[in-house]
Amino acid sequence: MTLDSPDLAPFRAPAPGSQPDNDSPSYGSTRHRHPTQPLLAFGQTITETTGPRFSPAHFPSMIDISITDGHTAMGERIIVRGRVTDEDDRPVPHTMIEIWQANASGRYHHERDQHDAPLDAHFSGAGRVFTDADGWYQYTTIKPGAYPWRNHHNAWRPNHIHYSLFGAGFASRLITQMYFPGDPLLEMDPIFQTVPDIAARNRLVSKFDIGITQPEWALGYRFDVVLRGRDATPMEG
Amino acid sequence: MSVATAFQTIGPYWHLIDDPALADLTRFGAAGEKIVLTGRVTDGADALVADGCIELWQASPAAGDVFPGWGRCATDANGEFRFTTLKPGPVPGRGNAMQAPHLALNILARGILTRLYTRAYFAGEPMNDTDPLLAMVEDPVRRATLIAQPEGEAVWRMDIRLQGDGETVFIGL
Repeated sequence: MTLDSPDLAPFRAPAPGSQPDNDSPSYGSTRHRHPTQPLLAFGQTITETTGPRFSPAHFPSMIDISITDGHTAMGERIIVRGRVTDEDDRPVPHTMIEIWQANASGRYHHERDQHDAPLDAHFSGAGRVFTDADGWYQYTTIKPGAYPWRNHHNAWRPNHIHYSLFGAGFASRLITQMYFPGDPLLEMDPIFQTVPDIAARNRLVSKFDIGITQPEWALGYRFDVVLRGRDATPMEG
Repeated sequence: MSVATAFQTIGPYWHLIDDPALADLTRFGAAGEKIVLTGRVTDGADALVADGCIELWQASPAAGDVFPGWGRCATDANGEFRFTTLKPGPVPGRGNAMQAPHLALNILARGILTRLYTRAYFAGEPMNDTDPLLAMVEDPVRRATLIAQPEGEAVWRMDIRLQGDGETVFIGL
């Protein structure tokens, strides 16, 4: 393998203001967990420009997590649909998306979540889907509830679904959260607010979509994801 | 042209997508020199990071049907992660440079909004002396944070310090 192949070109630097700073004091947990030394500016090599591939054979899709063992979870059933593209607006096909979330009451099916809200035996809150040949994905779930956390007095996380995507290289890894439109908690959520650029922040908010909504069945939301694109100029070599 | 979606923290409940089997990259029967990479993750207050998600990637040996090249491991109550994988070989760098054998590690956790990227090199590897990344870290104390030390047969340890004295060298992406 040579590094001047376009498939191995380095990923583009993040657009200014588009990514949160790990040193974000309003989110208390960052206090002792952000590095204080500057990041090493090494650039990317084959280690960073290549990455894992995931197959549905080893990672089966779970496209409807609103039903477990034939039982429907409590809450408002929703369909989430969107497209995964790169910064050059090219679809990212057959890529794995992992999701996880709280149940409709705002409780995670997780031993460390002690929020006094009911668990739902028919909702695990974890899912996995792959994009199709044109970058589209879709899954069915339950709208997650808001929940309190101890970041500051009377702190509540807005409704959100966690996303994990890999893209084509180690450097294109993305962990993010999808939010819901019109949520009054967004403007006071320190995690959402860590994204400096307001347009970049607002792209984390899904859009209600009547076209995705299924009559007599479920409301639909649209959430697109953009992964890093590769530099047009190949690496020196 | 579009702008890449913003990171948000992986949070404390990411274990919902975890599978402990993912920490063993040899689980499909890959042949080669099997090694363990373990380490303890601590924060700037010397507290154990017991809710972390460590992800490993290696370009060598090349990923294929029986070797995923990628693994994921939760830190345990002692802040420890433990991967089983194959010892990597050298890989090309820029120009004609070769890079010493190394593993790529992402550290994801509550309180980390993006991800922290570092590498694990192997103590005693002759190529370490000419590795282009290690050469950029002039302070020997800092450079040592990137080098796993042997801890018994085929077991390597590289502790990760997120902040403060002995802070691990993290690499920009």
